[in-house]
This record gives sequence, structure tokens and C-alpha cells, in this order.
Amino acid sequence: MSQMTEAVATGTARHSPMQISQTDVAIDVIGMHKWYGDFHVLRDINLKVMRGERIVIAGPSGSGKSTLIRCVNRLEEHQEGQIFVNGTELTADLKRIDEVRREVGMVFQHFNLFPHLTILQNLTLAPIWVRGIPKAEAEATAMHYLERVKIPEQANKFPGQLSGGQQQRVAIARSLCMQPRIMLFDEPTSALDPEMVKEVLEVMISLAEDGMTMICVTHEMGFARQVANRVIFMDQGQIVEQNDPENFFGNPQHERTKLFLSQILH
Amino acid sequence: MAVQDNMSGSAPRPSLLNDPVIRGIIYQVLVAAAVIAFFGWIVLNTAQNLAAQNKTTGFDFLFRTAGFDISFTLFPWSRTSLYWQAFLAGLLNTLLVAIIGIFFATVLGFTLGIARLSSNWLIARVATVYIETIRNIPLLLQLFFWYFAVLKGMPAVRQSFALPMDIFINQRGLMVPRPLPDGEFIWVLVALLAAFAAAVALGVWATRVRTATGRYPSQVVLGAKIADALVSFLVALLAFSLLANMISGMTTPIVLGASALIAAVSVTRFAPFGRAILAFVFGLTILYALLTSMFPAVPQLVVAAGSALAALMLAWVAFERASDRPPGEGRFPLALLILVAVGVPAFVYWATGAQLAFEIPMLERFNFRGGVQLPPELVALVFGLTIYTAAFIAENVRGGISAVSKGQTEAAQSLGIKEGDRLRLVIIPQAMRVIVPPLTSQYLNLTKNSSLGAAIGYPELVNVFTGTTLNQTGKAIEVIALTMAVYLTFSLLTSAFMNWYNGRVALVER
Amino acid sequence: MTTDTAYIRDTFVPAKPAPGRTGGPILWLRTNLFATPTDSILTVLGVVFLLWAVPPIYNFIIGQAVFPGGTVEDCRVEGAGACWAYIHARFNFFIYGFYPIDQYWRPNTVFVLGAALILPLLIPSAPFKRINAVLFFLVFPVISFYLLSGGVFGLPYVPTEQWGGLLVTLIISLVGIICSIPLGILLALGRQSDLPIIKTLCVMFIELWRAVPLITVLFMASIMLPLFMPTGTNVDKLLRALVGVTLFASAYLAEVVRGGLQALPRGQYEAGASLGLSYWKRTSFIILPQAIKHVIPGIVNNFIALFKDTSLVSIVGIFDLLNTVQAASSDIDWASPTQAVTGYVFAAFMFWIFCFAMSRYSLWMEHRLDTGHKR
Repeated sequence: MSQMTEAVATGTARHSPMQISQTDVAIDVIGMHKWYGDFHVLRDINLKVMRGERIVIAGPSGSGKSTLIRCVNRLEEHQEGQIFVNGTELTADLKRIDEVRREVGMVFQHFNLFPHLTILQNLTLAPIWVRGIPKAEAEATAMHYLERVKIPEQANKFPGQLSGGQQQRVAIARSLCMQPRIMLFDEPTSALDPEMVKEVLEVMISLAEDGMTMICVTHEMGFARQVANRVIFMDQGQIVEQNDPENFFGNPQHERTKLFLSQILH
Repeated sequence: MAVQDNMSGSAPRPSLLNDPVIRGIIYQVLVAAAVIAFFGWIVLNTAQNLAAQNKTTGFDFLFRTAGFDISFTLFPWSRTSLYWQAFLAGLLNTLLVAIIGIFFATVLGFTLGIARLSSNWLIARVATVYIETIRNIPLLLQLFFWYFAVLKGMPAVRQSFALPMDIFINQRGLMVPRPLPDGEFIWVLVALLAAFAAAVALGVWATRVRTATGRYPSQVVLGAKIADALVSFLVALLAFSLLANMISGMTTPIVLGASALIAAVSVTRFAPFGRAILAFVFGLTILYALLTSMFPAVPQLVVAAGSALAALMLAWVAFERASDRPPGEGRFPLALLILVAVGVPAFVYWATGAQLAFEIPMLERFNFRGGVQLPPELVALVFGLTIYTAAFIAENVRGGISAVSKGQTEAAQSLGIKEGDRLRLVIIPQAMRVIVPPLTSQYLNLTKNSSLGAAIGYPELVNVFTGTTLNQTGKAIEVIALTMAVYLTFSLLTSAFMNWYNGRVALVER
Repeated sequence: MTTDTAYIRDTFVPAKPAPGRTGGPILWLRTNLFATPTDSILTVLGVVFLLWAVPPIYNFIIGQAVFPGGTVEDCRVEGAGACWAYIHARFNFFIYGFYPIDQYWRPNTVFVLGAALILPLLIPSAPFKRINAVLFFLVFPVISFYLLSGGVFGLPYVPTEQWGGLLVTLIISLVGIICSIPLGILLALGRQSDLPIIKTLCVMFIELWRAVPLITVLFMASIMLPLFMPTGTNVDKLLRALVGVTLFASAYLAEVVRGGLQALPRGQYEAGASLGLSYWKRTSFIILPQAIKHVIPGIVNNFIALFKDTSLVSIVGIFDLLNTVQAASSDIDWASPTQAVTGYVFAAFMFWIFCFAMSRYSLWMEHRLDTGHKR
């Protein structure tokens, strides 16, 4: 069997839970600025994410949280500063970006599943065409991850036949099929009905327990408290405050953080 | 819409006349009676009118001699041909113009639709101006323009414009060479079809193996390498031959040698350089030829310098594209398929000693002799229909592509899927679902619009049948009914296709 | 957890302009014309194409053109452009056809009246919609008919054979529009009906006219209509074309209205039924107003197609705008190499103005309706 299934089998054993590397940098953002036309959306972003770290980014809407994580796999281009992902700098070199993107999974607010393909085809598309993995093997991996997100019975349905929560879990599984080293979540639960939020969060928590490096943009503060190593608060395109969840929620320092928390926690 | 049933279920039944079911029946009986009475009145009037004019009805006229000329038919026509043959001639001419028009309109329409979405401002603008101009002007006016103003404004026969490949254009239409295949040539055609089918099958098989095992079959990869070199050689041969036409010092040995060099390079890792050189040569020769004819007033040296500059840019693009390509093993073996589809028939052609001569149109004292003469009516109609329909197809294509949400591209990007695969696997399959249904109705529209050919004298169905035949026989009802039946059949076939297609591709939803 | 991750920003970074290539024409050129090498090549090819295509067109229409005041000799000069002087000289023919010159005030009144009634109808915020609609759809056609054909109130009689040019083009399209609306709505309702006979009849009617080209419908109307009438009835040539155009247009309109009916949420039908309203009351007060409002852009697009299609009546011998232009192009007095092309360009421009204005209006309405229905 290929290395892929091996990795699946030993996935939980390799990373012991809650272990953060002190030397291995997963993402390094240095003095990054971004503009939309003349609008300065991201200002002087500095962020170092170590392997195994789980980061939650919070902030009011329009504060640039989504833009920040979209910059990390270059769905958006930054104009100043540097971004390193797994040691590779993001530049205009398309080939290198595709290589980076293979290692970085992304989960979108609106799932963005491919509606013309079955769930199984959604999951095997990239492994087959990007990694050149034989179909049978890709399907076995896909089924493994579908079981992990607890919907193996939906494999041959189309995305349109699934509920929002199920679709988002498929989307997570689709990213995992590429065996990413980093996962980005862009408000994964904000388009979901309340009763479906939990099933998605459970999957994310179990991922965190396996030691996946994660950056989540989310308003789920319970999730942040439970799994995050660090919570980052953004406002007006900049990082205003960051701290471990205990201090962030228990003892916020910045005025804006306090204001935001008082609004969101009630 | 079972609104009326809903009411009958819940409400008590006060009187028979207020019962919706009974009322519905009464309505229907009344309407049916009115329609029948109306038709009866019409039939009665018609019978009276026909009797007054001493006319009979029936389709027996179809087997009488037509006795008129048709300027252009796809089968031998004489004045002794019968009316049903006139019908057939018109129908075939309609189909001919529809098929040619559909082909060109599709090509032009897709190009324009994609151009309209281009991130290049100029290209998008040019496409928009084209679409907004063409679709707001009546087709008939455009046909008049092409026929009366452009084609009739062409030079007389003696001053014909000579186009490349022995094609001539003048007031009497387009003169093209007539292919004269000999007896053995049929085998070349058979080989062509077989080789094309084989190439498609090979492509499908290779893709299937690639999906199942993760790599293309090794024989195919080897074949692709050889094919790459061969195709490179042939393409290079073409490029350098073009160059040799431009530069006098290039002799045949130099052309052959240079082509062989390019072919040799194409299997090494320096292949991008070979491609850049080819792109430069093609760009230079084609642009130079095009620009000198487009801007005769500009000095040749300036044109040459401009072409060289643009060709240099082209070479740069080709170089970048080529260096971005994955190594041979992971690439779809396109060159091999082309080689199979072209090479096998070429081999058969050579092996059987088949001959394909062309009868070139020659200008004699008063007219052209030989070749195929495409009448100006046909040319104008194809031009008009293509240009008009392409504007509508372009809008469908644009709509279809923009209907695929940006999130789909982003999802594919974030999975690391390369641009080509992204288009092939994610964007195009979704866009085509949106494009195909309106595209089919544009094809139907084009076919229906070909009836306007009657106004410029192209002998299509309406012209030959509803026009001449009706005038000569006076069988108005029969002729018009038959014409309408033809178009109704087209329409029904189209909607049958659309139902089938929609049922097949409909996105499954809850 | 470590505390060295803690970070608090003390001073906010002020927004600053984007570096270097901010705004300005250079950035615009870079992002819109020269973003990638491929883009640059396309731009160069586009510029070459424009350089090749635009100057001759400009020279023909403006540069070398002969403007009103010029003579036919000017137009015959080698290399002369469009002969606008010819259009100017024949302008009245293109607008009124053979209508008697001393009676031009009558079509002019109709033009002014029509414009005065239709403009407020098109502006959604203008008041008195109901009265306005009644005036335009019912009163205006009647007044126009008597005004144009005369024979009453001491107006001299002008037979329809003398009507022509833009006047006839507008008459045919307006009559087509006005008559096809009620017919189309009835057909659409019939097609949506539960009553099988009515439904079948409507489906057959709609599908038949939609399947055949307009030209065969016009042939049918002009040849078969006289056959269908009682012996001795004389059906006016223009009227035959009008009947054909109306039948054809109503079938297309029915499909547009049906789209609107299907797009209405079921709740609207049920609400109407639960109020205990009869079918006709429900339909005319609740269903139709909403359905039609939804499909106004579709209806306008239909009218654009109809307006262009009116040019086909020239095939059955009616002197509409296109036919007058076509007829005038063999006018010996103005014979010149560019005569025919000038006429076509003029006619194309007239059609284009009307169609383009309508399509912009439809886009604007679509936009308006979109924003009006946002949740």
C-alpha cells in the first residue's frame, strides 16, 4: 500500500494530542499588508504559527480575518511583507503556490462542494488528478475520512441531497483526503442552522485532538476556549490582541477586545 | 396548481353551478364548442372560396412536374423534376446553410463569450461592442447588407479578388477548388474515420488507466515521446517553410536540418526553447503576412520590426507555458493522438497510391470554369446567420460561465488542482449544463432564421416551396401546412433533445 | 500555556495608500491590459485590429462622408464615404412612406401623443398609472387609427397602402405589443390551468407559433387569411400582417408570462384561495400583478425581438422602414457607389437606437426588481 493509507492508519499515533513543536514553524507572516484597490484591508500582520498549534481568529465583521487566512493559501494576493507556508514563500510563482496549496486544506463558509460530482467523487478528485493516486486507493482513503466525519452512507449521493452540516463535514473530509499539514477554516459554521453547528464542531475538535495545525476564523467562542492554543482578536485589518484562551476570555486587555467580547458573549 | 380541487375538498357544496368541478367542465365545453365552431366557419369559408376560384385540394400536385429552375441544389435538378423534389431541394438547402451556420456561429460565439469575460479590458470591450451592436439590428437588414452592399459590391468576374489556396471571390460568389478523389481515395477516408475513432478510444483508455492506477500506461508514454518528436518535426517543418517563403536564403536542407534540430530538442529538457523558437517563427511569418495586407500604407521595414517584436513576446509566453508543463509521464498524450488521427490516413494515402487532385477554378473569358461555385446568396446567408447568432451564443456562454460561482474555482484552487484540470474537471462541466439548453434553442433559431434566405434569393425551403411552388400551384393550404410541419418537426426534435439532456444532467437536489 | 504568546497592540496602524503603483493610469494599464504576457499579446492584437478596422469605418461615416448640403456629384466622387445628403433628401420617405406630404401633421401628432403617453408609463414612480395605461392601451390606438386613416371629421382618407417607413414599423410593433399582451396572458393562464381541454388547446397554439419562423406566419396570414374569410371580404394587407405578427408575438409572450406565474411562491395561490376569492378575482388581483411585475424585463426583451422582427413584413410587400430604404436604394437621382450602404447604415442605426434603449431599460428594471426583492 502506498504511504497515504499508512499515514491514515498511523495518523493518531504519530501526533500525540496537544503537542506543539517549539522549532518547526508551519506558517510565518512577516509585516504583511494588503490593499483592495485603495482600501487598506490588512495592516502590518505578524503571525508565527508553530506545527501543531491551533489558532482561533475572532473579530467584528470586516476586520480582515477571512482575508488573512485566504492570503495564507494565496486565494488573495498580498502586496507588502512576506508569507512563508511550510518554509515556502508565497510569490507569483504559480507552480510553487499549487505545491503549497496541496499541503494546506481550506474549509469555506459556503462549503463549495462540486455539485455535479458525487460525494465520493468530490473527495477523490484532487487525490487522483493532483497526487496521481490510483482510484481504488483514493476511494479507500475517501471512505476512511467519510467514516471519520460520520457520513459514510452518503458516499454516492450528490451534495445537493445533503444537509448543510453534512455538506460541511464532507468539505472537511475533502480537504483531509489531500493529507494536508495545515487546515484553514473560514467561518465554517456561520452558514449553518444552529442544530448543525455542533456536528461540524465535533469533527473540528477531533481533528485538533489529533494534532492538526489549524487556523480557524469563527465566532464559536466555546470552541475557542476548548481547543485553541491562542486566540487572536482582529479589528480594522490588524491584530489587536492575542493571548491564550484563558487570559483572552478571562482578562482581556484592549478596550476593543473587551467591547467585542461583551457584545458576543451576551 | 390544484387550487380548485383544494377548495372543493373543504367547502360545502352549495349549488351545482358553484361547484368548481362542474364549472370547469362547463367552461371547457364552451371553449371547445367555440373553437370547433370557429374552425368550422373557417373550413366552410375556405371551401366556398376555393369553389369560387375553381381550385381543388390535395397533395397530388407533389408528383407533377415543377418546370422551374433552382439556382443551387445539392442533387441534379432539371425543369422536369417533380414538386416533391423541389421540396426536398429546399429542405436540403435549409439544412446545408443551417449546418454550416451552426458550426461557424458556435466557434465565433464561444470565442466572443469567453472574450467578454476576459480580464483584458480591451478584449472584453471589443466583444461587448460587437454583441451590443449586432443583436440590436434586425437580421434581415444584416442579410441585405451582406448580400446587396457587400457581395454585390464585389468586383466583377474579371477583377475577382484572389484569396489564398486558389479561392476567388467576385459578384457571382465564392469560387473554391473542387476535390477530385480517385477510386482508391475511399480507403483514405475509411482510414481517416477509423484512425479518428482509434485516437478517441486511445485517449479514453489512457485516461481510464491514469485514473485507475495513477499513471498513464507505459506504452502510451513511450508512444507520446516519439509522437512528440515527430509532431514537433512536422510543426517545425511548416514553420520553417513559411520562413523560407519570407527569406530567400533559406534552402530546403536548412529547413530540414532546423526542423530535425527542434525535434531532437523536444525530447530533452530544453524543449521549452524549441517551442519558443517555433512560436517566434510562426508569430513572425503569420503576423508579417497579415499586417502587410492589412496596412499596405505602412513601410515594410516597420511592419517587419513590429511583427518581430510581437513574435518575441509570443515566444516568451510559449517558453513560460512550456516550462510550466509537467514532465512527459504525467501529461495527457495529445501528440500521440494527433499522430494516430493524422498519420494513419497519411500512411494509407501513400501506401495505396491514392490521388486527391483539385480542380482549380480558372478564369476564362467571361466566367470561371471548374471548381465549385458557391452562390453569393449562400455566402451572404451563412455570413449573416453566423454573425447574428454568434452574438446570442456569446451571451449564453458568458452567462453559463459566470453562473459557476467563484467559490468553485477557489475550492479547486485550495485543493491544489492545476488550472487546466480545474477548467476540465470543475468549471466546464458545470458551465456546460447551463449553456447547452439555450445553445440548442439558438441552433433552432438559426435554422428558423435561415428562412430569411428567401428575401435574398437563396433557394431554401420557404423560397422554393412556400414561394415558387405555392405561386405556381396555388395550393396555399397544403404548401404552408407542409412547410410548417417541417419546422414543427425541427422544434419537436430540439425539445426532445433538451428534455433528454436536462434529465441527464440535472443536479440532484433534495 | 505560555504567556509569551500574549500580545497587545498599543498603537493602531493608520491606513496608508497602497505602495507605489497605487491608482492612476499606470496601474490601470498594468492590471487591465498588461497583467500577464498573454494579456499583453491580446492587447497588442486588439490594438492592431482596431487600427485596421476603425479608421475605414470612421472615414466612411464621418471623415469622407457627404453631409446634407452636398450633392449627388459629391457622393459619386471616388473614395467618398456615406452619402448623408441622400438620407437627408429622402428622409420624409423613410419616416412616412407615401403618406401625403400635406397631411404629415397627422402622423406627427400620433408620434407626439404616443411618446407623451408611453414615457410616464415606463417610469415606475410616475403617478396615475391606471389612467395612463387605459389611455395608452385603449384610447390611443383608436385615436391613432382614425387620425391616420381619416375619412371622418373632415380628414381626407389615406389608405394603408400609402402608410410607410418608420411610421409603419412603429405601428406594427405597437399593435403587436398591445394586442399580444392580453392574448399572451390568457394563453399563459390557460396553459397553467387544470382544465385539460383548455390546457391542450393553449399548449398547441403556443407551441405551433413558436415552432415556425415568422416569415411562414406572415405568408400564411397574407395568403390564407383571405381564404378563411367569407367570400367577398377584403382584408387589408397591413391588417393581415398585423394579425400574423400578433399571433406570433402572443405565443412568445405567453411563455414569458408563464415563467412569471411559475416563479410565484405557492403561498400566493393558497393565500388567494383561502380568502375565498373566485378564480378570476384571485388571478387578476393577486396572481397576475405580481407575476407580470416579475417578468417585465422578459416582456421588454420580447418586444425588442418583435421590433426587429417587424422588418420581415417587407417580404410580404409592406413598406416598413427597411423596405423604404431598400426601395430608395435603386433611386436613380441619388445613384452612387455608397448609396445602398448608406441606406443600410441609416436603417441599422434607427433600429439600433430603439432596441438598445429598450434593452437598457430592461436591464435597469431587472436591477430595480432585484433590489426590491432582497430579503
